[in-house]
Amino acid sequence: MSILHTVNKSPYEKSSLDSCLRYAKGGSAILFYEDGIYAALQGASMEEKVKGAAQNVKLYVLGPDLKARGIAEDRVIDGIAVVDYAGFVDLSVEHDKVSAWV
Amino acid sequence: MKFTVQVNEGPYQHQAADSAYQFTKAVLEKGHEVFRVFFYHDGVNNATNLTTPPQDDRHVVNRWSELAKEHDLDLVVCVAAAQRRGIVDEGEAKRNSKDAENIADGFRISGLGQLIEAGIQSDRVVVFGD
Repeated sequence: MSILHTVNKSPYEKSSLDSCLRYAKGGSAILFYEDGIYAALQGASMEEKVKGAAQNVKLYVLGPDLKARGIAEDRVIDGIAVVDYAGFVDLSVEHDKVSAWV
Repeated sequence: MKFTVQVNEGPYQHQAADSAYQFTKAVLEKGHEVFRVFFYHDGVNNATNLTTPPQDDRHVVNRWSELAKEHDLDLVVCVAAAQRRGIVDEGEAKRNSKDAENIADGFRISGLGQLIEAGIQSDRVVVFGD
């Protein structure tokens, strides 16, 4: 069973990403969107933790939500794929379930 | 594939109301089916036709109504959440002796059973909230 986990809160505001990382099994995926995109940025204090997670789970970030916050795609940590809403839909089709860490 | 989208937050308050709309639109553009959109908690505020945003702002309520008309969507508003927040259709107005109704085009008020049924009937349920 592979799950797409969605995280829409900044890890600097809420602990939902920490909870998600504790429960996400290897082979699943996490999509950062809305304020969740702040977890995907290079040079931030969460970078090492997020890179560590990328060893076991696939990481994605929603491009339109980066753009809405004035953040260029080249500031995203290497290995995190940028997707648009169509990509978000594809990810929810590819995985068996979508679990929202709201 | 069949999708159900659950919206837990109101418009102009939280991005979830916008994200849910953009996601639903993308699902339809991809050729998938949207079995139902269920508005729960503050999400019921997406269904009031009294909303009048400034002209240069997006109209979150009308946007849903237009999408529903175009794709024959089933937009369901949770009745208990709607009663608390003053979202009323003709039937609810009568039942609760209210002198007005404000349900926007394309929305209908029903119960939580509709969410459970949608969960059973759909391949995916995607939740947008705070």
